[in-house]
Amino acid sequence: MLYFSKLRIVFITIFSLLFVLIASSNLFKFDDSFFDKKINLGLDLQGGSYLLLEIDNEPVIEQKLQNLTTTIRNFFKDKDIKINNIKIDKQNIFFDVSDENKQQVIEIFEDENSEINPYYPRFKSHQLEIEDTGLNLKINFSRQGLINLKTSSQDQAIEIVRRRVDEVGTNEPNILKRGNSRILVELPGLDDPMRVKSLLGKTANLTFRFVTQNEDDRFGVEKLEFEDGSEEAVVSKRIIISGENLLDAQPKMDTQNNQTIVSFTLDRVGAKRFGKATSTGIGKQLAIVLDGKIISAPVVRDTIASGAGQISGGFTFQSATDLALLLRSGALPAPLEIIEERTVGPDLGQDSINAGMIALSIGFLLVIVFMFVKYRFFGLITNVTLIINLFILLGILTLFEATLTLPGIAGIILTVGMAVDANVLIFERIKEELKDETNNILAFDGGYTKSRTAIIDANITTLLAAVILFFMGSGPVKGFAVTLGVGIFTTLFSVYFIARLFTSLYVAKNKKNGKLI
Amino acid sequence: MIAFNKYYIHFNVLSSALIIISLLLLIFKGLNFGIDFKGGTLIELRSNDTKINVSSLRDKFSQMNLGDVSVKKFGSDNDFLIKFENKDNKKNIIEEIKVNLDKSFGNNYDFRRVENVGPKVSAELLKSGVIAISLSLAIMLIYIWVRFEWQFSLGAILALFHDVIVTLGIFSLFSLEINLSIIAAVLTIVGYSMNDTVVIFDRVRENLRKYSDIKIFELTNISINETLSRTIITSATTLLALLAIYFFGGEILKGFSLAMILGVVFGTYSSIYIANAVLVRLRVSQKTVLREDDSK
Repeated sequence: MLYFSKLRIVFITIFSLLFVLIASSNLFKFDDSFFDKKINLGLDLQGGSYLLLEIDNEPVIEQKLQNLTTTIRNFFKDKDIKINNIKIDKQNIFFDVSDENKQQVIEIFEDENSEINPYYPRFKSHQLEIEDTGLNLKINFSRQGLINLKTSSQDQAIEIVRRRVDEVGTNEPNILKRGNSRILVELPGLDDPMRVKSLLGKTANLTFRFVTQNEDDRFGVEKLEFEDGSEEAVVSKRIIISGENLLDAQPKMDTQNNQTIVSFTLDRVGAKRFGKATSTGIGKQLAIVLDGKIISAPVVRDTIASGAGQISGGFTFQSATDLALLLRSGALPAPLEIIEERTVGPDLGQDSINAGMIALSIGFLLVIVFMFVKYRFFGLITNVTLIINLFILLGILTLFEATLTLPGIAGIILTVGMAVDANVLIFERIKEELKDETNNILAFDGGYTKSRTAIIDANITTLLAAVILFFMGSGPVKGFAVTLGVGIFTTLFSVYFIARLFTSLYVAKNKKNGKLI
Repeated sequence: MIAFNKYYIHFNVLSSALIIISLLLLIFKGLNFGIDFKGGTLIELRSNDTKINVSSLRDKFSQMNLGDVSVKKFGSDNDFLIKFENKDNKKNIIEEIKVNLDKSFGNNYDFRRVENVGPKVSAELLKSGVIAISLSLAIMLIYIWVRFEWQFSLGAILALFHDVIVTLGIFSLFSLEINLSIIAAVLTIVGYSMNDTVVIFDRVRENLRKYSDIKIFELTNISINETLSRTIITSATTLLALLAIYFFGGEILKGFSLAMILGVVFGTYSSIYIANAVLVRLRVSQKTVLREDDSK
């Protein structure tokens, strides 16, 4: 166990120096891109916000089912099958059909080439399931159908979230999918998380609809509140134009009355419809509705054919900027709810870094002094090894650009405390061997060999705990699992290669000097 | 040589009592779950005005209709930790609170940290925490079973179980907060305690092969003594590192390091008095390990 070939010594030296170099790239700037890597600081250390958003898919499902009832009605009308009493209840569609047609309807739904019910060959499943309840027919989304629906609304939502976050201009946001109805947003170093939160909390569903007195409008009507809660108005459900028709939106100052407004430009289709509506609706009130609330309802005075217009509504410059941003980035397919938020201010992050570094230095110092007092020369070997170990650990974290969190720093400190264990096991074993062995080389060799199984078993148990933690833990705790786990490998490397190398060189030189330890 | 084995029975009685008391505490008093597992809102507030103190903050918050609000000092004299349930999961609660506080305190304060965990997320976090701990115990059980014999596995798991339950019992007794980092600490305790047990077990197995005429009662004691200096040094260095985290690592890591310190102390104790006592009770003999050698 004590013999090292020249080649091995060279290899160990190069390997260690390499990691020392990589670790030091956190302090200096290297021109080479391989060395110019840095450990990422977690949100708890650099400050920032962690937001977990959940998409509320209920309205989407409801909307889809609503559309589906129309589709079903038209589809079977063409086939001369009469559909009666079609209604939606708890995410199911129910309808009546005469007994002779029942089987035919079911077959149409269950056909793999069904025009009305898409089939996913990969999952061997239709989008919809049909069931004969005895009284009527019941249609609902299949499991796969729901998954597809959720995934597609997640895809749309993440795109909109990304646009909105980018518009705010935060540096290097991290936006990720979680499951099929959640989105994780990490915003490092953000000054005002409230703004992003309020931007993400809005669906930004914009519609222009006429205010009507006529309660039996062909498209139906609804009573909506004004945004300031002052009044209510009856608004037709017919949508003249919606947010999708917007090409651009910008906050502007209206020079005539010094009001902040949002000016917008419409696409071709939108401009055409807007022109037509404003020409026929002169004198009527056109309500601008955002997420079910009326922002304003100006009276149409003129035909607007240019496809450009403006929204006023008592905005401050900030609220106009935000509304323009929301309109530019588009509407979310479904409302988002922030179900978890963790925000750390930058000064707390810095305090945590400082505290972590002080704790690391003190912990390190205590362990080093303890080892030196206990083992003298071999304590020195352990300590030098420990320092190199720390560099290799930081080097690996740097190489993989891992994220360092506050618990991660705790993991490093703990690694310092536990890393000496392997060396202690070896040294204690050598001491035992020396009780009845006078040959230093044999005793040292025996010490290394006989302590090996205990060291490996002991480290594997800690590693197992770290692995479980890595897969089950979240955020900062994951950072702890990473440093603890990587620390085990670097510890084993430094004990078996570096410390053993020093030990073997020392023993070879002093083998005739009596008991060495 | 210290006669650890003389006190197996005494300490087993003590440990059983500790486990029972801890379980009773866990059942009847329960754990003080933080917002990670209970849901709710946490605000760490720093003031630079002496007018802002626990009672004035408590006053202000109780006027805001947030339900049960807890206000505590957090480390230094001008840092405070405010927690409430946020039952309705109101959206702009933080903004509202800021507006309210601005009225009384101007801008002589600062929110250093805001955490808001919804009921769904907290339930999931609790579930995954419980799964993680159970899974780690199960994996350790299997690992030791594979590496040693079932008697060893049982001893190690009882020791682990003891460490986890008693540590949680102490957290319950003093109403210390259980949050995500405590789960991390418990898992690390599982790893550490196992580590400690494995080192002694390894020696027991070696000695079983070496001394055919010594009974397990004596043999465990020999093994404990042979590995004693290692046990002491390793727990000492680990404790030194943990004490450094506890005293200098900042408020956020206090609970974590405390749990770990307790875990290291109990882990070291249980490796000696529980894991080994189980081997004695199960009458592990030379045959146990020789059979293992044959099967390999």
